[in-house]
Amino acid sequence: MQIYLPIADLPVNIFLILAMGVAVGFISGMFGIGGGFLMTPLLIFIGISPAVAVASVPSHLAASSFSGALNYWRRGTVDPALALILLCGGIVGTGLGVWLFVVLRALGQLDLTVALSYVALLSIVGVLMLWESIRAIRRSRRGEPPIPRRPGSHGWILGLPFKLRFKRSKIFVSIIPVLLIGLLIGFVGAVMGIGGGFLLVPLLIYLLRVPTSTVIGTSMVLTLTTMASATIMHAATNHLVDAVLALILMIGGVIGAQFGTRAGQRMSSERLRFLLGLLILAVGMRFAVDLVVRPEDFFTIRELGPSQ
Amino acid sequence: MTARAAIAAGCLGAMTLLASPDARAEQLIASMSNHRVTITPNYTGEELVLFGSIERDARTPANRSYDLVVTVSGPSATVVTWRKDRLLGVWINRESRVFDNVPSYLAVFANRPLTVIANAETLRRQRIGIANVPALQAQEAADDPFRAAFLRLKGERGLYRESANSVTFLTPTLFRTSIPLPADVPVGTYTVDIKAFAGGGVVTRAETAIEIVKIGFEQFVAEAARQHGAAYGLITTLFALMTGWFASVVFRRD
Repeated sequence: MQIYLPIADLPVNIFLILAMGVAVGFISGMFGIGGGFLMTPLLIFIGISPAVAVASVPSHLAASSFSGALNYWRRGTVDPALALILLCGGIVGTGLGVWLFVVLRALGQLDLTVALSYVALLSIVGVLMLWESIRAIRRSRRGEPPIPRRPGSHGWILGLPFKLRFKRSKIFVSIIPVLLIGLLIGFVGAVMGIGGGFLLVPLLIYLLRVPTSTVIGTSMVLTLTTMASATIMHAATNHLVDAVLALILMIGGVIGAQFGTRAGQRMSSERLRFLLGLLILAVGMRFAVDLVVRPEDFFTIRELGPSQ
Repeated sequence: MTARAAIAAGCLGAMTLLASPDARAEQLIASMSNHRVTITPNYTGEELVLFGSIERDARTPANRSYDLVVTVSGPSATVVTWRKDRLLGVWINRESRVFDNVPSYLAVFANRPLTVIANAETLRRQRIGIANVPALQAQEAADDPFRAAFLRLKGERGLYRESANSVTFLTPTLFRTSIPLPADVPVGTYTVDIKAFAGGGVVTRAETAIEIVKIGFEQFVAEAARQHGAAYGLITTLFALMTGWFASVVFRRD
């Protein structure tokens, strides 16, 4: 069944979009991530313009992170103080990201920036994640206990001024790195159309030493805020948020996530990280190939608006 | 400058007067199968049919045969054409050219090749054919790659087409043509300009219009997004939150 997307201005098969929502939702439930880094590229690959994809996916991510955040909140695994400071940085970062998006679109370099960002970010994160999970898998095969995290590493980061005690996470850190992490995630999310969970969770664990008990719930609150504000800011400045597209994705996403969560619980965390690393790297490579392969057509046209 | 323009206008006026008895000798009557195309959720393109007839009267020279050119042009827009170039191993948009005031849709249908119907000068003056759109007329460099790419890409999307055999004469004066509209046709008012030629000149013409509109939900969403961006974003976000909340209630596991 075809449905006409009012903002993307193109007819698509409603079941294809729904299936993509379910598939990405499944993966996001399995790995406990938002899945924006998969959804935005998928939409681009089926012919939706990168600008519309980047602007529309955040509302889909807001839906899935809200349902996740509610679950974690009920279980008391959200650190409200940490989340509040993260999202202060996150909203500012989102604003900067949307501003850059407007500028790049006017310069005609948005598509390239989106593609380059995907290549750079996903390759680095994918390789690191693969490397780390392979070592962990080897260790567990040899029957060695996992290496305990060394306290005191990154001491200078945590020792910056304006230190605050975050009771629920049981950490005492400077708010400067917290604000900066929020800023980075908000910025990257608005430019690339991702929630940034796969980036945020390792940053919180390794840089701020947030315990695993509160890290997922807290990061979901940040994703929710940055994605909600990205939706509003993109809608207000670029008018590119396709609500029909987003709604179909959301419905597919929340259904898929339920099954994904169950599948994820049956796998060891090292193996999950290994698979996620592979997936992230594959998406990055796909963008890299598109950038270096000689294009079939050197020209593209874009309508700037009605002539006066 | 103004004086010269006035003289030119005067000359043109005189020529029109001279030509008018002949120009009034025929009348063109045309009708569309549909003047209003609505883009609904299941719109995937449409084909309109144009019917018409050339009415002769007593002053019409006998045995005069006609050629017909139908030009359908959509609302004009500003379009930028980008060219990718290789930089440090990566293909990026390097150079661009802006085309101002070009029709977003342009279809030129005739019963014979345009160059057979009239000479190049007449076609240019009557603005007939894709090559004679003022904003797209070839500059000094006749083979401007940006212009060629623009025309090719528009053609590939079915938005620019020129066809020398799509007007069919059912009788020497009764004609028919179909106007295909692709799935991603731009909305707006389209003008349909019909010109009848005889002996290499225009003898009569008629004009009608098609309106392409988004209606219902499509139009509501598109208009809200354009005119009330912030409110639209807020409502989309609220929808997202409701979906998320609903999911967390329905699939609650504890």
